Amino acid sequence: MSLLEIRDVTRRFGAFEAVKEVSFGVEGGEFFTLLGPSGCGKTTLLRMIAGFDLPNAGRILLDGRDLADTPAELRPIHTVFQSFALFPHLTVAENVAFPLRMARVPDDELKRRLGEALDMVHLADLADHYPHELSGGQKQRVALARGLINRPRLLLLDEPLGALDLKLREEMQLELIKLQREVGITFIFVTHSQPEALALSHRIAVMRDGRVEQLDEPSRIYGFPVNRFVADFIGNCNLLEAEVRAADEGGLRLAVAGLGEVRAPPDGVSKQGDKGLLALRPEQVGVAGEADPAWGNRFPGTVEDFLYIGDVTTYQVRLDNGFRLQALLPNAAAGRARFFDPGDRVTVGWSGAAGHYVRET
Amino acid sequence: MSGKPDPRHTRPRGARLTKWVVTAPPTLFLLAFFLAPALIVLVASFQYPGEFGGLAPITNPGDGREHGLTLENYAFFFSDFLFAEIFVKSFTVAALSTLACLVLAYPVAWLIARSPRHHRDLLVLLVILPFASNFLIRVYAWMIILGPQQAVAQAVNGVLALFGLAPVNLLFSPFAVLVGMVYVHLPFMILPLYTNLEKHDPVLLDAAQDLGANAWRRFWRVTWPLSLPGVFSGSALVFIPVLGMFAVPDILGGTRDMLIGNLIKDQFLGVRDWPFGAALSILLTLAVLVLAGLAAWAARPRGAT
Repeated sequence: MSLLEIRDVTRRFGAFEAVKEVSFGVEGGEFFTLLGPSGCGKTTLLRMIAGFDLPNAGRILLDGRDLADTPAELRPIHTVFQSFALFPHLTVAENVAFPLRMARVPDDELKRRLGEALDMVHLADLADHYPHELSGGQKQRVALARGLINRPRLLLLDEPLGALDLKLREEMQLELIKLQREVGITFIFVTHSQPEALALSHRIAVMRDGRVEQLDEPSRIYGFPVNRFVADFIGNCNLLEAEVRAADEGGLRLAVAGLGEVRAPPDGVSKQGDKGLLALRPEQVGVAGEADPAWGNRFPGTVEDFLYIGDVTTYQVRLDNGFRLQALLPNAAAGRARFFDPGDRVTVGWSGAAGHYVRET
Repeated sequence: MSGKPDPRHTRPRGARLTKWVVTAPPTLFLLAFFLAPALIVLVASFQYPGEFGGLAPITNPGDGREHGLTLENYAFFFSDFLFAEIFVKSFTVAALSTLACLVLAYPVAWLIARSPRHHRDLLVLLVILPFASNFLIRVYAWMIILGPQQAVAQAVNGVLALFGLAPVNLLFSPFAVLVGMVYVHLPFMILPLYTNLEKHDPVLLDAAQDLGANAWRRFWRVTWPLSLPGVFSGSALVFIPVLGMFAVPDILGGTRDMLIGNLIKDQFLGVRDWPFGAALSILLTLAVLVLAGLAAWAARPRGAT
């Protein structure tokens, strides 16, 4: 049995359905992420799990027990808010100790656990400071310590890194992973940032328009998106409309309009006549001055533009049939003879084992 | 070094001039009409009364005195326990009025702050609407409301009669004074409280609930401490005016309900002992300052709001 079970949960606001018959389970100790663009229903879902909102239909179970009649303050579920929501009139120590005070934990035990919690997030030196005296990263750690101190069954994190600048965000990502591993508490993380989701999660539920589009491990979400939305939303992706011409153990032979036949890895289900998409990650696409014999698929084209990002360069290549493809080349890679300039005639290509045929369009 | 003035240097001078032009009139106004009278009152409190009211001159006051300065007025205050009693009674009435205003105003302010944004201005307008009519008329209206033949008194005495108790007179009683004081000053409590409560971030209440606080503790642990600046400014705006108020006790109080305000007014307009009235005013001011100092110390800022 899952720690948390969402069963056919629907939430309506007037005629608008924010969450539509969503079902999934979250396992104990998991770092679970709800990922989606704003308005996809992920925050509404989170608020229902926290107890600030109730579903119109469906059930939310924690350890098999329905939470419908348990108000937010009695649920063993704590939240880290996007704005941190630290109490401005309380010190760091008083903020962190707040849940223990609410639970009427005796003073000596409270002191011990407060010390442990402050040590855990390296805030012991700032115990007597007020929130307005802290930096963004420190506030974030106070909010985390406050959410974790009473050892909830579930910690909900509502875009907690959104208020931090990029450098700090990367630091906090590492700290979050480490913290979650140490305390072993189940995290449900809400974000619209796909790199964050990929970096942090054990599993990701990609949401759109109130539904879960795909629920899987990060590498499978990235490598095997189930539809155009997921492929497009997670990272960059070249999407080519394709029809299956033949399918066998060796792979798929796809007909892509204007390109002719393209080879793709087998998926074991598609059959001749299926229509779908070929999803190609930019890093799977190569660019070369002349045809590279290792590529199973290769097409001539012209470099239109490129973005030099330091460690990598992204090329926009227009194929002779009018398609635009994105290719991402590592700059430190051996064998890179030179950079290509806009207007250069090149061959783009990818191996027959690269790419992923998306059945749903 | 060129002889031409750097144009950048003229800007601060212009800014300084603007600052003077803007701040000088109110400064002069306060000097002329606040500081000077306060000093006059201070000096008057050490003078003798004039033969027919007013003040005896400081030099050559007559009556065989060498000069016109004396501590007699203060000595007189401390010579009779009656005056201290009036002070204590006045502070008690002020404290009770403040407390009653706070209890009544807090829910109102909270309700306004929680109502939809486009309703708030209207509700605030309703709170200050009574100021549109004359203060004395509004207090006289309470004379009618609390009069013995009116519904309020009839109802109260009806209930008392059920328990076999003698009827009471609501009007011309300390109760009527308190009602009048609270009525007059309520908006001064509601407005600062509302201004404070409106700024509270509702996510803090969500956080408190999320972390295990029920409604009662959410109020006392989050809303109340965060609203203290509003509570203090509202209390000051009620407490201090109530202390000096003489019209309400004059109209609604009985003959025995004399407060400091009435006492001071009588010194100037009735007994014509200006110096003693001045001394009372100075003592009242000192008492308020001491109290304000204590309050400021108690409410010294710890966290930021």
